[in-house]
Amino acid sequence: METTAVGDVKLIVFQLQDEEYGAEVDKVRSIERMQHITRVPGTPDFVEGVMNLRGVVTPIIDLRRRFRMNKRETTDTTRIIIVQVGEMEVGLIVDSANDVIDIQQSNIEAAPDSAAEADDSCIRGVVKLENRLLILLHLEKVLDADELIAVENLEEHREL
Amino acid sequence: MDKNQYLDMFIDESTEHLQAINDNLLRLEKTPQDLTIIDEVFRSAHTLKGMAATMGFEDLTNLTHHMENVLDGIRNERIDAGSEVLDIVFDSVDDLEQMVTDVASGGEGRRDVSVIVDRLGRLEQDQPAAAAQSEYETLTFDEYETAVVEQGREQGYIPYQVFVSLSENVVLKAARVFMVFEALEKYGEVIKSVPSAEQLEEEAFDFDFQAIVLSSHAAEEIQAAVLKVSEVASVICAEADMHKPVSQERNITEKESSSTDSAIAERAAEPAKHAPAGKTIRVNIDRLDSLMNLFEELVIDRGRLEQISKELGSSDLTETVEHMTRISGDLQSIILNMRMVPVDQVFNRFPRMIRGLSKELGKQVELVISGAETELDRTVIDEIGDPLVHLLRNSIDHGIESPADRESSGKPAAGTVRLHAYHSGNHVFIEVSDDGAGINKEKVLQKAISGGVVSEEAASQLTDRQIYELLFSSGLSTAEQLSDISGRGVGLDVVKNKIETLGGTVTIDSSPGEGTVFSVQLPLTLSIISVMLVEVQQEKYAVPLSSIIETAIIKRSDIWSVQQQKVIDFRGHVVPLLDLTEFFQVPVAEEETDELSVVIVRKGEKMAALVVHRFIGQQEIVLKSLGDYLKNTKAVSGATILGDGQVALIIDCNALIQ
Repeated sequence: METTAVGDVKLIVFQLQDEEYGAEVDKVRSIERMQHITRVPGTPDFVEGVMNLRGVVTPIIDLRRRFRMNKRETTDTTRIIIVQVGEMEVGLIVDSANDVIDIQQSNIEAAPDSAAEADDSCIRGVVKLENRLLILLHLEKVLDADELIAVENLEEHREL
Repeated sequence: MDKNQYLDMFIDESTEHLQAINDNLLRLEKTPQDLTIIDEVFRSAHTLKGMAATMGFEDLTNLTHHMENVLDGIRNERIDAGSEVLDIVFDSVDDLEQMVTDVASGGEGRRDVSVIVDRLGRLEQDQPAAAAQSEYETLTFDEYETAVVEQGREQGYIPYQVFVSLSENVVLKAARVFMVFEALEKYGEVIKSVPSAEQLEEEAFDFDFQAIVLSSHAAEEIQAAVLKVSEVASVICAEADMHKPVSQERNITEKESSSTDSAIAERAAEPAKHAPAGKTIRVNIDRLDSLMNLFEELVIDRGRLEQISKELGSSDLTETVEHMTRISGDLQSIILNMRMVPVDQVFNRFPRMIRGLSKELGKQVELVISGAETELDRTVIDEIGDPLVHLLRNSIDHGIESPADRESSGKPAAGTVRLHAYHSGNHVFIEVSDDGAGINKEKVLQKAISGGVVSEEAASQLTDRQIYELLFSSGLSTAEQLSDISGRGVGLDVVKNKIETLGGTVTIDSSPGEGTVFSVQLPLTLSIISVMLVEVQQEKYAVPLSSIIETAIIKRSDIWSVQQQKVIDFRGHVVPLLDLTEFFQVPVAEEETDELSVVIVRKGEKMAALVVHRFIGQQEIVLKSLGDYLKNTKAVSGATILGDGQVALIIDCNALIQ
């Protein structure tokens, strides 16, 4: 973990299936409503395609499918969270984005081992609040380009 | 003074001066007796020193100072401009370049120059130091000037020597100089100035300068006219003595209390000439980039407007949109033109590189550059340098033979490498050719087979051209000895990839014993391209017009099958058919019909017919990248935003045709 110092962290809270996730606010550029997405052939199935984000062609990935959950039809609450990691700007499709909260750095706990293993350590930790549990995303891992290539290769193998 | 404000200017100008020094030194090496060249080098070095000192770059100033001394020695024929001397000067220029690069990247421009300064110093001392001549106040006239003056005298024109001192708080020196000259020219003809007109324009002087004017008016009139120019401190005008400098006591008119005895810095060898007044301004490249970006937005909106007007069917709106389309078309060509820069910007560093390279490899190489004025978009220019360096190195390392080998095969000892750029249609071609040994096909094949690039059976069936193409496959270098020039594992495959990402192609041709030609084809611009929009099922794709031969409608019954591969007969050629629905795994939404729409595309001499569902039409689009995240998408070279705001992918035909 980069920072272990005591301090406040602002999180955007969003929903996937019945789980609540958090992403650091300073990595989130904007939250968009669903709009037309152009499919890009030859990409892993979690890559939904690209969309026109105010003149910038932005790749969009379906976070449910990225985490191997079932796909869900778009609803009124579906949102695209545009995050920036390094030079990359990528949109993440989530069921809904409903909250911004402050948490203490010290409240972040390491993810349970089994979860970390199961999900390619895309989880940075968990945050326990009064009556809810937040899963803190490791965005760099979620958008890891190597992962993308690995999945691509896997699919090519399957095709052969 | 806020230095940052001037830093960009300093970097630009010092880069230009260094380039000029490099160019002229190379010329000097060829014609050592031509002293006008060394004058030019000297002037560039001097200006550079002045600029560096003003900006406070001590190491730069120090090194330029010593280099200038050596140059001065060459100029006064105290030092012989031999190869060793020039090597040291070249090395110092290298150091200077690195310091300027450092400054440009935000550094302090510091560098340990003691070694090179020492070498330069030794050069100076080896030679008998001539008595330091006073360069000041001596006006020398060459034959031409003397002749002009004599002729003028016969016609009643008197040569006046005019000393002008600007006041020390003058802001725009060059502008004042211009005004002074303008004033002088009302009375006669300015035939010479010290410093030279160029230096005056560049403000490479302190506060004083002098000019020789041929005039039929009286000295007092001229003096009074010049004094009217503001910020001129004093003017002395006297008849010029063609042999002795004018004494300054005569005819002094003080405008302010300022003395005129400060020295005039330089002696100029040429008569004053007024540079042709092509009016140019320097514009920061970032501004051009943002102009381009804004224009791209406009093109997208234009597409949108076109669509809306078509839907609404209002003739007024349609007319206005058409007018706007025309205007933005003009605007586009202007903006694209502004971004065009001559390839010379890339080429000009090659002579220097070739010189070093041929020395290193013990080969004699002459580089002939032609078409350096050919223009390309800046984005292409920025990227094309490395591949060209690689091709040139390749030509010298693998192409040109050693002098002994060349002589034994009846060629001149010095090999020739040609770099030729020209413009044709929507493309610019750059050819790198050498008169070396040509490509050894056997050796290429051997390597390719042992490297597993082709099988032995396949190899026997390859045409010459296909064999040469093998050079572009990765892990193939035919130099037997690995030099550190090429053959470092990064081969011609890197060159090919780079050029293809720029939307260009590269081909090889070679004939044994006569040499090899690499031909690089590049698009004029990268950012706005013409495409044919097509629909595959319900998805829209853009096919670059540059790849399209034509579009056609074919019957299903016209499709043949050759070894499982569907082909069609297209104007006598057997062309493989590629169903884009299948290739791009497009969700099927259309019923199969009897007739198919195909787009015939090509890559070099190969063709393919792409099966689509509908042709939407031709359109100018703005090429956008898919971004880092999706950079490895196959057969898609980018994306664009259509009039309806949706994104359409651009098909990379080069990747489709194998």
